[in-house]
Formats: sequence, C-alpha cells, structure tokens
Amino acid sequence: MSYTITINGKPQTVDVDGDTPLLWVLRDVLDMKGPKFGCGLGLCGCCTVHIDGTARRACVTPISAIGSRPVTTIEGIGETETGKKVQAAWLDLDVMQCGYCQAGQIMSATALLNQKPKPTDKDIDDAMSGNICRCATYTRIRAAIKQAAGLPTTDSRDV
Amino acid sequence: MVPTNSLPTDAADGVSRRAFLVATAAAGGGLLLDFTLPTVADAASAKAGASAAGSAQVLNAYVNIAPDGACTIFAKNPEIGQGIKTSFAQIIAEELDVAWKDVRVENAPVDPKKYGAQFAGGSFSIPSNYETLRRAGAAGRAMLVQAAAKSWGAKPEDCSTSDGVVTHKPSGKTMTYGQLAQKAAAVPPPDMKTVALKDQKDFKIIGKAIGGVDSAKIVQGQPIFGIDVTVPGMKYAVFERAPVYGGKLVKANLEALKSLPGVVDAFEVKAPDVGNGPWPGMQMSLVDGVAIVANTWYQANKAAESLEAQWDEGPHKGVNSDDWFKQADALAQKDPAKNVVTNGDPKGAMKGAATVVKATYHYPFLSHQPLEPMNCTASYKDGKVEVWAPTQFPGTGSGMISKALGIAPDAITVNVTRSGAGFGRRLAGDYMAQAAIISKQAGVPVKLLWTRKQDLQHDMYRPGGFHYFTAGLDKDGKLVAFTDHMITFGEGTKFTDSGTIAPNEFPARFVPNLEYGMSAIPISVPTGPMRAPGSNALAYAFQGFLDEVAHAANKDPLQFQIELYGEDKVFTAPPSPFGKQPPFDTSRMKGVLKELGEKCGWDKRTSLPKGTGMGIACYYSHLGYFAEAVKATVDSEGGVKVDKVWVVGDVGNQIVNPSGAINQVQGAAIDGISQALHGGIKIKNGAVVQTNFHDYPLLRMNEAPPVEVYFRHTENPPTGLGEPALPPVVPALVNAIFAATGKRVRKLPIDPLQLKA
Repeated sequence: MSYTITINGKPQTVDVDGDTPLLWVLRDVLDMKGPKFGCGLGLCGCCTVHIDGTARRACVTPISAIGSRPVTTIEGIGETETGKKVQAAWLDLDVMQCGYCQAGQIMSATALLNQKPKPTDKDIDDAMSGNICRCATYTRIRAAIKQAAGLPTTDSRDV
Repeated sequence: MVPTNSLPTDAADGVSRRAFLVATAAAGGGLLLDFTLPTVADAASAKAGASAAGSAQVLNAYVNIAPDGACTIFAKNPEIGQGIKTSFAQIIAEELDVAWKDVRVENAPVDPKKYGAQFAGGSFSIPSNYETLRRAGAAGRAMLVQAAAKSWGAKPEDCSTSDGVVTHKPSGKTMTYGQLAQKAAAVPPPDMKTVALKDQKDFKIIGKAIGGVDSAKIVQGQPIFGIDVTVPGMKYAVFERAPVYGGKLVKANLEALKSLPGVVDAFEVKAPDVGNGPWPGMQMSLVDGVAIVANTWYQANKAAESLEAQWDEGPHKGVNSDDWFKQADALAQKDPAKNVVTNGDPKGAMKGAATVVKATYHYPFLSHQPLEPMNCTASYKDGKVEVWAPTQFPGTGSGMISKALGIAPDAITVNVTRSGAGFGRRLAGDYMAQAAIISKQAGVPVKLLWTRKQDLQHDMYRPGGFHYFTAGLDKDGKLVAFTDHMITFGEGTKFTDSGTIAPNEFPARFVPNLEYGMSAIPISVPTGPMRAPGSNALAYAFQGFLDEVAHAANKDPLQFQIELYGEDKVFTAPPSPFGKQPPFDTSRMKGVLKELGEKCGWDKRTSLPKGTGMGIACYYSHLGYFAEAVKATVDSEGGVKVDKVWVVGDVGNQIVNPSGAINQVQGAAIDGISQALHGGIKIKNGAVVQTNFHDYPLLRMNEAPPVEVYFRHTENPPTGLGEPALPPVVPALVNAIFAATGKRVRKLPIDPLQLKA
C-alpha cells in the first residue's frame, strides 16, 4: 500500500504493508540509517524519532499510524535550533563511546528541551530512562543536556 | 586509492625497503611484538590511501600526507567504543609532529602481515601498540626531516619540526609537510629501533582530551555502523536456530515460508564443522538453522514468525539453571576435580586458626548485549567472499568462513565497520560465518541481522560460578589460611572459557597457607570472554569474601587489604600466550587503595545516615590497578540506590586521551553496577529464558550514579582501560550494602527481597 509521510520537512511516498514499522521504512526503504534497531519492542530507544514534536519509538510505530503528522529524524534534527545545540553539546563533552544509541539519546534529549528548556535532574531521569546506553555514558549525557540548556553541568545528585 | 603514478619508482620496481621492527611495546619487559613495518608498496596496495586528497604520499602503512598538508592516519584496530581509533591516531600524530587539525583518521585495512595483530580485546591495544605506533609516527617525521635537509643541503640535526612544518634552525627557512611529502616518501625509512622519540614532557597531542574522530558523524546519524552497510543487489536474512544450543534441525515448513510476502528464499543450513573458536576452550561452534531471505529485513523477520520447525534438541534439553545450586553444593562436598594451587599447609593452618570464616558466593551467567545486534553483510561470488562486519576480531570471522565454506583465507576480504559496542561478543565470528554461508546458498549478497531475542539466546555467555571459601585468622586477626573450591562449568577437568581461576589469584602469594581447586558442572551453552573476563566474576567473589574476613578480624577493610599486600614487592608475571607480561607491583595496588581512601572520605563513613553505607574493593586485571568505593542506600523494601562511585586507577605514566579514559572508566563502573543489580541469564529446559530488555534489563539513566575518576601516574608504561575498571565496582557495591544493612550479598544479581528490612 502507498503511504506519503513528511520526513524532515519533505514528503516521501513509500509502498509497504501498513504494519511495517516506521523504523524499517526509514532504514530499508528510504535508506535513512540514522535511527537504529536495538530491540524491536520500544524498550531501548535506539530508534527514537519525533512525531509531531514528541519522542516516539519508530520500531513499534506502524507506518499506517503516522498520517499527516510530521516526522523528524536524527538526520534532520540539526536543522532545528534545539537539535543543533544538543548535537554541539554532545560533541563538546565528547559523550560518545560506541555511539550506537546516541542518535536516539539526542532525539529524546531534544524533545525534552523543547518541552522543558531548563530541566532538573529528575526531568532528565524521567525523559531519558527509555533510552539505554550499553556503554553507560549516562554521566555525560546528563551533563550535555544541561549544557545545551545553558545550565551548569554539575550533577545535583552528587553530594 | 592512491594513484600508483604517485609512488616513488624504487617502491614500484619492487625494491624491498622493509624495515624489521622489533618493539618492546611496554618498556621494562612489556609485551614483545615483532612485526614488519610495511613498505610504501605494501601500504599502497592495501588500499591505504582510500580517502586521502589528491596525490597523497605514503610515508608508511600508518601515514599519508597530501600536498595541502592534510595528514591521513590509519588506525589498525577495530573501534568498538573504546576510542582506539582516536587514541591510536593521537599517538602517531604526536611523534609525526603534525597539527591535530590537519589529521584525518581512517580504518586501516585488515592485514596482519602489515599491521600485526588486529583485534580489540583484553585491553591490549595500548600496551601492545603504544611504542610501535610512536615509532611509526617518528619514522614518518624523520623521513620528512631528511627530505627537508636534502632540499636545503643542510644537516637533519639542524632541523626541527612543529605542527607539520620543518624549520632549518640556523637559517630560519621552513617547509611544510605537504611540500615535503613527495620527497619524503622516497627517503629510506629509518631504523625503527633507534628512531628518535619525543620526550614525554614535550607531548602536545598524547595526553590531550580530544573528542572521538567519528563523533561528528554519529550526532548526525551518518551510516558508519555494520548494520548500516548496503551493497548492490543485497537481500536481507534472518537465521532461526534451535532454542537449545546444538539442537539439530529435523524439518521445517520451507515451502510455506517461501510464499510469504517479500520472501525470496528459505532454506536449511546444516552447521558445517568448524570446530570451536577462536581459541582452545572457547565453545562457539556453528549450529543448524533455517535461513529466510527477503527483500527487506522486516519481511524476513515477519516470515520467521510463521516458521514451523522441528528440532532434535540434543543432550542439553534437560538443563535448568535453578538446579545448579544443588549440584554445586554436592560437588563442594567432594575434593576438587582439579587442584589449582596449594601453598603451605592449609588444612593444618585452618585447624589452628583462632577464627574461621566460611561463605559461598555465586554469580550467574551473563549476556554481553551490545546494542547493535549481531549482523554481517556478506557477498559470495565465484569462490570468493567479501564481508562487512562490526567485529572485534576480523581474523576469527574469516577463519570460520574459510573452514565453513572450504575456501582459502586469501579469498576472503573482511571490511571492519565501527561496532555498536562489543564487550567481547564480537570476538567470535559465528555471525560472520552464518552470513557468508547464507550468501553462498542464496546466491546473492545478504545482510544477516539478528533479533534482540537471538542475541540473548545465542550468545557465548560469561559463565556463572560458585566459590566455597574458608579463611582462617590468627588471634591477632592476621589471615593465615585461605581456601576456595570453585564450582565452575565444563566437562570433567576441561573447564569452560572464562570460567577458571589462576594459581596467583589474590590473595594467593600473600597468605602462607592457601589452596584453590576447581570442579565442574556440565556445560550446556557456549561461553566466552566478556569485558574483563574471569576478573568480572572473581573480583566480586574474592573481594566480597575478603571484606567479610576483614570484618571478622575487626579491621578496617581498606587497611586490611593494604596490610595483606604487605611490603613493596614486585612479582614476575607467569608465562602468557601474549608474550612477556609486566610484573605485578604491590606498591601500585597499595597506592590506589590509599588514594581511594582519601578521595572518597573513607574515614567519615561511620557518620553516614542509617540505611546508607560505603564499601571498597580493589582488583588487578589487564595490567591495570584499580581501587573503587561505592556509597549506596538501601530502602525498607530492599531497593538499592547507588549514590556515588569513586575510582582510582593506575595504568601507567601516560593517559593517551583523558576524555576517552574517564568515559571508559565511568562506563565500566556503571556497567558493573548494572550486572550486579540486574544481570543473570536463566536456563530452562536447556534454553535461555530471556527474550529482550524487559526480562534482561540493563541499567538506565535513572539508576546511573555519579562516578568520580582519578588516575595515579606512576613510572610504568601505559596500559589499557577498556576492562580493568569494571571488576572492583561489583564487590565495592555489595560491601557498601553490607555497611548499610548488615546483610551480605553472596548471590548475584542483588535480590531486594533478601535486603528487605
């Protein structure tokens, strides 16, 4: 079946079964490899994208459920003001180890900052706990979110 | 590709200018490494200049320089998140004396003849390459200086270098590396043994916090991982196996699968006998299965849901991990199947001891779970195979492919991509061989991608184990006798990989009367190395028990360990398959312990609120000395919150990249906490029970504590950091829980029910 969805501002038409998850449409049909496959059940967050500005797990979002809502992926997030700041903070604090989860982390962090421009440590825990980092770069992810928000990078929990 | 017309003629005509390099990688008796520094022709033929601009000039297999001064450095070992691509380039760039802004870093091709061993494991990359890579960079610099001196009719010793520029000091004349590159490429390489190296105090790039060289691509989602590879004509494959390891396929509904949407082929794969790999003792043979090949991976995976297969589950179908506790207890009643070490008279000393402490420690099997699932893209054509794989050890994959398909190793090309982490899982080549077999049988290039469930159920696991400890203290609280009967896994006295104890395992050599022995429960799943193999389990058991012993002796656990190490002493390392190893130096371990005590505020631990406690532990592994402290709070329901971790490490006199180093250590500490809180593979009726992250959880942001990291820079050669920071955090945590609750955690993962007030 044919679906037209808006990805990073551009309409894209694909011919796939309606139950095909957005992740596999992006990766295997549209050749957008930024969103990653980690678990297939929405448990790890590697595939996080924005649908209508909200962080969603593309691996459990069927293409038929998207409709006219705009999709933003890691490939397009640098075009947004918040996304650009988040990417810059990630590089400045050298967050990455293997980097596999970081596209998803950046998407979740950007959605958080769009919603709460000055997040607390609790806000960060709540918004980011759906994204696993197997290398456990959590310390720097937390600091990078704060830096992107213009907050001191100190950890309020560190007493 | 480097245009061949840019090569100097004497290289093209085959004149060998091979410089034989014998580098003692770690001074003072480090890993001995012999290899040949590749010639210009070697390097060029090895696709070395793949992305260098214009007529880049090849100085050696590690360094190309373009006319505009852009310097391409080739990093020889797989990047799995340990940062080696960046730190190797830093080492070379330092001695080459080029500005970091002019450096681009590429993966070196897989060619052990040119680059020596190419793998990411054992935290070996730095200790076995540090000096070699410095010499490779220094050799390039010497050739550039020679070329400049020749141009000026000057003496090389009158020339200096800085940031990619050679200066003739008497005249003040300068030439850039870019201007000199062509002439330098024709200069005979210097003698590697005597090429001048920089003084450590003059370092500008080594020791600097530099961001990962691929990071800009990662934050933009660029396709640099194995899973991102596409090749023309490629199809997608899913490979279904018996739930029980070693199960044989009886029959499957292949015809029905072939009629499903998008499916182009479905067939049986009979596991070829490739033995166990990649080293003796490691069980990781190929298994039977059903391959489904489709136009998209989603279609292949969806079709797999319709698979109806009958498996002969073989000898392991009755195995249940819950039964191991009784089996271990029964084995512990008998003498060990194998004696590992006996020093003094442990039985006599135990009888004469004023206090005897006994405890049994257990840890479960663990799965590696890197977030990028196992995958490999393979193209078989006309008796040759090309694969693209996220791998820690390309040689093990090509070795397995060679045996599985019966083709010569030189008919196999392995392209190493960035790995979405490894933790040891990608040392095995099973998924690479599967992809190659499926490509051959399907007659098309395929990308094989495992599901998360397959990654959990077909791992080569960190083996579980049991330790039946006894310790004897004299009337002054001095440890005079110590025994451990380790119940591990294997067949008889053939123990499984990563499931053994060494005769020098601490406190061996520091207790006069000591005995270690091992017995085995039959093994039913493959096992293999996981980040800090062996150590990640032994540290928990031994350091947890030693904390008990310290308390029984009425001693401060930190002071108890310092006293146990005794006088400053250096122990020569036992023989190793990896060559001569540096010695074990007690002063380094005592050094990290003492500094840990100061940094974590150990003396103030008694003033912590009720329910909060601090614990310490130390461990030597992968040539690194680490002492760690954990502060943890246990609530009335038994829930554990790790408040903070302190780490003090000694990995020698030079941290190559402090940013990457701290990241590795923080990650290792949190990884260890994740294992302790959540890790544990369960086996029922021979099959692994868990299927995804809901039942095999990994630690998340809300549980990740702050981790404070300190390095002691002792006058010792630099060693690796991927692993040694992990082992001590686990016992430090359980010792903190004891301090908080008075309850010992002698079984992992930590069970809140046992800690409930």
